[in-house]
Amino acid sequence: MTLRLAGGIDVGSCTTKSVIVDDGGNILGSHVLYSGTDFEGASDIAWRETLSLAGVSSTDSICVFSTGYGRNSVSFATNSLTEISCHARGCLHYFSGPMTIVDIGGQDNKIIKLDQKGLRVSFKMNRKCAAGTGAFLEEMALRLRLPLEKLNDLAKQADGEVTLGSYCTVFSGTEVLEKIKSGAALDHIVRGLFHSVVKRILEMDTFTDTVVMTGGVIEHNPFLIDLLKTHIQNDIVTPPHPQIMGALGAALYALQEAPHNMD
Amino acid sequence: MSDRQKQLRKPIAATSQMKKLMAAHFLEIDEAKKTGKQKVAWCTSVGPAELLHSMGFLVYYPENHGALLGATRMATDVIPLANAVGYSPDICSYLTADVGAYLKGVTPLTKAYGIQNIPRADILVYNTNQCRDVQDWFSFYAREWDVPIVGIHTHRSIREVQDFNIADLVSQMKSMIPTLEQVSGNRFDIDRLRDVVDLSLQCTKLWRRVLECGATKPAPLTFFDATIHMAPAVILRGKPEAIEYYKLLIAELEDRIKMKEGAVPGERHRLYWDGMPVWGKLRELSDQFYQLRTNVVASTYCNSWIFDAFDPKDPFESMARAYTELFNVRDESFKEWYMDNWIENFSIDGVIFHDAKTCPNNSNNRYSMPQRMAKRLGLPTLVIHGDLNDLRCYSEEQTRTNIEAFVEQLDQKTG
Ligand code: SF4
Repeated sequence: MTLRLAGGIDVGSCTTKSVIVDDGGNILGSHVLYSGTDFEGASDIAWRETLSLAGVSSTDSICVFSTGYGRNSVSFATNSLTEISCHARGCLHYFSGPMTIVDIGGQDNKIIKLDQKGLRVSFKMNRKCAAGTGAFLEEMALRLRLPLEKLNDLAKQADGEVTLGSYCTVFSGTEVLEKIKSGAALDHIVRGLFHSVVKRILEMDTFTDTVVMTGGVIEHNPFLIDLLKTHIQNDIVTPPHPQIMGALGAALYALQEAPHNMD
Repeated sequence: MSDRQKQLRKPIAATSQMKKLMAAHFLEIDEAKKTGKQKVAWCTSVGPAELLHSMGFLVYYPENHGALLGATRMATDVIPLANAVGYSPDICSYLTADVGAYLKGVTPLTKAYGIQNIPRADILVYNTNQCRDVQDWFSFYAREWDVPIVGIHTHRSIREVQDFNIADLVSQMKSMIPTLEQVSGNRFDIDRLRDVVDLSLQCTKLWRRVLECGATKPAPLTFFDATIHMAPAVILRGKPEAIEYYKLLIAELEDRIKMKEGAVPGERHRLYWDGMPVWGKLRELSDQFYQLRTNVVASTYCNSWIFDAFDPKDPFESMARAYTELFNVRDESFKEWYMDNWIENFSIDGVIFHDAKTCPNNSNNRYSMPQRMAKRLGLPTLVIHGDLNDLRCYSEEQTRTNIEAFVEQLDQKTG
């Protein structure tokens, strides 16, 4: 008997994520790479890598759903859904409702509320600005000439922080320059930047029930969770791979549609 | 959308008649400017047009021109010219588009009707019932052309329209008359005003009927259709052509209702749209909803030209009331009551609030209304961020995703 498999591709504006799951929704393989400018190419590579990691050779019977900003660029997907639905579906694989999902992505943030049954009550995507997203941290790391991977440790080790007041990325950049001029420590500045991300999240919506944090920014900068904990009383949890929740959700939706028994 | 789907979409046949009426309207004004036969008054869209018609003016509506600049996507190119001379990108983008187009010497009327320039006003008449921007907008042209400007300053954020509101507005309207007489060269005639108010009343009643057709399941028209077909109610009210036109349109819509022909075949969800249209994206948005088999069947915006209060017996009082009962003029509690009624009568499944960056006056999401409404009515609400004209404030992808995700949410609800 051939196992029933399904795949999900989340083509985000920054990274493309790919997941393959078995009948039980277990992840057999996943892959993340930069989306670049060729979404179709990125999704092809991500999918091929995922298949090889999972040791799957024939793709004929695998139903694949796509999601994310470039969801319509995945030529081999049989269906597409928005990242809002797919993130929620991915999180429901690990946690049960009610919950508030906070996704910090490369270029947008999302807050999705699910009720007890796991049905969506509301959602919000951030407005047309990079404030509070991965793009904000990237831009600031560039200004500080710091590799992105170093941000989390620097923020964590800091014994103080600078306050950044503006919610505009450009204004924040100017503020950072002023802090540098006035001799603020680098780790204090980075922690201030992290706090700025948390503030942008907090002003998007109210936080009800358990908070589930997802997204690439959380995967690589888990200290943001510690900072958020200083502001809210809710339980905060994260799934094992916060960055691939959208792709996982797409795969789980695909699984519902995948044909049964391929023997 | 595939070509096949486009073909399947049945256009509203009356549209061709409307296009003729629009052409005749603009050409008549253009001709009058050339010959000097009749004076031209500029009027805000919810201004005292009846008074102007009764005094023999041809009436031109710059907001309509603003919307045309938006719909033809000229707006985003010309707005920066107005920004550069000090009109902020944060203020009304009808104003900035219109002023920008004037500064550049372009108008969508050229391509549509072969008209080279917008008509120079002989007098500018505004009503601040919708916003203060109209006063600043008209003042630009008053300075530019050195022509008289008069206006009505409507009371704002009112719950119930009170007698003292009406008395004040009547006296403001009457105080315009000497200037209007002087510019037009005609004497004010109350009977003539009664006739025009009567024509406006007939027009507005028919326009209400057009919009109420949307309550039928499936709805025979969409919000996007209504934004086009409201043109006669805006710019031809007070004239017999508008009445004839709506009779024609209603007959067509009633036929569709009889045949159970929805404007969106297989209509699954019915939405209410609050706020301004995104003029430059009407086609894209309409196509997206069509593909999602979701129809936007009612709106606050298109309802703004329903003036139930007109009464030829009391022309001044009823005009004052009609133009003050306007949704925009009212406080939050009235607005909520009003929307709840339409939402109930139109079997609405969800509400989209368009937060138009440059028009706070028509963006009702800004004081937590969507959250209150979701709680009160148990209806999902969505806020999309954009603008009526300035596409620099609009993210196509983000809007598409928001709408798609919203419809997925409605799908979850209906199972
Ligand atoms: S109501 Fe809004 S769109 Fe209309 S003129 Fe005023 S600011 Fe402009």
